[in-house]
Amino acid sequence: MSRIENIARTPSRRVLLKAGLAAGFTLSFHLPVRAANEPEQAPDTTDGKFAPNTFIRIDHAGKTTLVMPQVEMGQGVYTAVAMILADELDADYAKVELKHAPPNDKLYANPIFGIQVTGNSNSIRAFWKPLRQAGAAARTMLVQAAAQQWQVDPASCAASNGTVSHAASGRTLAYGDLIDAAAAIPVPQDPKLKDPKDFKLIGKPLKRFDTPSKVNGSAIYGIDAMLPGMKFATIAASPVFGGKVAKVDDKAARTVPGVRQIVVLDDIVAVVGDHMWAAKKGLDALNITWNDGPNAKISSADIWEDLRAASKKDGVVAKSVGDIAKGLAQGDRFDAEYELPFLAHATMEPMNCVLQVTPDSCEIWIGTQVVSRVQQYAAQAAGLPIEKVTVHNHLLGGGFGRRLEPDMAVSAVRIAKQVSGPLKVVWTREEDIQHDIYRPVYRDVIAATLSDGKIAAWKYRISGSAIMARWIPPVFQGGIDIDAVDSAVDMPYDIPNRLIEYVRAEPPAVPTGFWRGVGPNNNVFATECFMDELARKAGKDPVEFRRSMLNGNPRLKAALELVAEKSGWGQPLPARAGRGVSVQPSFGSFIATVVEAEVDEHGEVHLRNVTSAVDTGIAVNPDTIVAQLQGGLIFGLTAALYGEITIANGRVQQSNFNDYRMLRIDEVPKIEVHVIKSSEDPGGIGETGATAGPPALRNAIYAATGIALRRLPIDRKALAVANKA
Amino acid sequence: MTTLRINGESKTFDAPDDMPLLWVLRDVLGMTGTKFGCGIAQCGACTVHIDGNPVRSCLLPVGAIGNQAVTTIEGISATDAGAKVQKAWLDLEVIQCGYCQSGQIMSAAALLANTPRPDDADIDAAMAGNICRCGTYVRIREAIKRAAGEV
Repeated sequence: MSRIENIARTPSRRVLLKAGLAAGFTLSFHLPVRAANEPEQAPDTTDGKFAPNTFIRIDHAGKTTLVMPQVEMGQGVYTAVAMILADELDADYAKVELKHAPPNDKLYANPIFGIQVTGNSNSIRAFWKPLRQAGAAARTMLVQAAAQQWQVDPASCAASNGTVSHAASGRTLAYGDLIDAAAAIPVPQDPKLKDPKDFKLIGKPLKRFDTPSKVNGSAIYGIDAMLPGMKFATIAASPVFGGKVAKVDDKAARTVPGVRQIVVLDDIVAVVGDHMWAAKKGLDALNITWNDGPNAKISSADIWEDLRAASKKDGVVAKSVGDIAKGLAQGDRFDAEYELPFLAHATMEPMNCVLQVTPDSCEIWIGTQVVSRVQQYAAQAAGLPIEKVTVHNHLLGGGFGRRLEPDMAVSAVRIAKQVSGPLKVVWTREEDIQHDIYRPVYRDVIAATLSDGKIAAWKYRISGSAIMARWIPPVFQGGIDIDAVDSAVDMPYDIPNRLIEYVRAEPPAVPTGFWRGVGPNNNVFATECFMDELARKAGKDPVEFRRSMLNGNPRLKAALELVAEKSGWGQPLPARAGRGVSVQPSFGSFIATVVEAEVDEHGEVHLRNVTSAVDTGIAVNPDTIVAQLQGGLIFGLTAALYGEITIANGRVQQSNFNDYRMLRIDEVPKIEVHVIKSSEDPGGIGETGATAGPPALRNAIYAATGIALRRLPIDRKALAVANKA
Repeated sequence: MTTLRINGESKTFDAPDDMPLLWVLRDVLGMTGTKFGCGIAQCGACTVHIDGNPVRSCLLPVGAIGNQAVTTIEGISATDAGAKVQKAWLDLEVIQCGYCQSGQIMSAAALLANTPRPDDADIDAAMAGNICRCGTYVRIREAIKRAAGEV
């Protein structure tokens, strides 16, 4: 049996699922718990469980269930969260079981966002203390319960592996036998946390909880939820952003065997069938006339023209250090502009939502990074009070920021309102690519001066979408999007005069959102590319140039020194091969990366080697840190080599993996990750590789060819030998 | 009605002959281990075995299968190569989100069944049709070598 309870296999009030109602999954979602800032409530043991806080429950048999506040989308957070809780709790780790949290901002809000969000690589940063406190509080209560029973000093008892023992008398009690007594003890507000040297789990490369079910096909993602009598739907949204349905001729579609219903909304048409094949064939057979609306002429060229114009104006000052005017007047001045394209997320699991909407209820099965937000938006779309909406979260077949949006649930609710019975709505890959919420286009304008081989002034202006202003409006203050300027206002180098500006520039019609690496993706790219250009102007080695300006950032400096050593920096390479470096202080981790690449005479770029050194503080699970870097680097390098969404006549031109290309195994070299031992609090890791890869690759190309590319994706034409002169 | 031999069991169902095997497995038989990724045989998430050969089930009409044996991720552990691949995947912690991994494992199991000692070029050729968005390729390569007993 899987150790992760699949919500899709939990009986709900209204529907029992066809797929595997495995014995033992009988928990309700009512948790007798309190939020961190709420007054303490008496622990509730009505279901026979000890539940001292939101995260931990222990039953009389000793079964320990850990509720996961953050969602598992591949980043390994379920395992890391379980390790932290179980370590402080001194649980029997081999036997703990995990459970997805239900939507509840009060109980499961990410402390950094204030709502239930898994994003910004901050799960462990946000929950490190709360999880440790939760585990330690429960352990303290269990130890006290045993001490009371034995009438000994709690300090003379020790917890380990789900038991409390009293060494002096040789007595032992299992947690399951202590829960009733423990439940009567007040929850300690400030329990004593373990000394890190006493960690038994944290810091070890333990096996992931989710792997066993993912190697045998039994893992249940949102798209796998099955309900009895369920119908299947697939959709077509207006190909032009903001367009509306003008007319639908469904004569042919209705003759497709298995087609049951055609749902026409103002901007979406859905075909409902007995299975996805019927729905898909039915959709293909529809003749839809669209009213393209005002965006029918929008193209990438227009969007870039607008952005370039916007980026020439002064922005809002996000950070000012020293005297930029004075700094810019010193030494030799250099200018550059960098541009990044729209990107789709292309999670391997296409957008989907399984649901049943009735006049007075809405029940949803989905994999989302924002479970409470899905509940709120679904309630609005269904026209129901929020308590009438149930959301069962699942494992995610990739998130990358795409599942920080509730749009797929909203359109599914709008469709399902017109359909009787349970429904699975699945987007085709084409729909998924063409109706994403895209990584914005960005443009960065930089001016810097070099004086005595060092940077005297750095004027850096970011232009692009304010995603925060849409996504979490209260955070958008004073015209500054804190995501858009992330890793720019806190750039790591010792530069005496700095000015960081932000220009909010929203592209017309194209919706934009978070994409793995978020703001730092743009800022680390532009910063690290320009650093290489300045190093060359200064006649310095790129590693040495950076190193000389990292005295204020010893953790990053150490990572840079380590990666230089491990990557063979400075050792000879063949013609048209080069090494490029990038460093970043992003997401609370300090990472230096070297990419080695070769550019052939046609301008094609071949990866030869990738090496990263990372100081992420305490590595809760070091193997996950390595895996996230390996995968994140590939994610970023994929974008650098191939990623671009373009717009023509108001519509996205790419449609599937044939024209929105992904890096494949035959293009991926050895990737070495060196984890630096640290006793600092943990940093974030999930997005760091995505940010680290592109500038290091671009700088490798610069080293190999002398060509300073300033846009992504890589322009092979510019790199071909024939075009070099 | 159509009858197929899937993972050694006979399954009878009602589906049009042109319906791709993927949707029969997922939507008709409820065998959701085989994944939908692209629908045009570009990503490999839907890979199954037909008489031991890896095939993209998203484009394979169910009427074209006949008596050939269908093996899916749910049944691959019964094969020697499949069991070795699954173990190596666990040992090396290959998986992240896992959505593509049914297909990766099916492609790798077919590779090992036909080429017990694959070199890097064999791995490239057999696995380049399977996209992983999480970027687990480095570990997939290692795990195939591990399963082949080379490491």
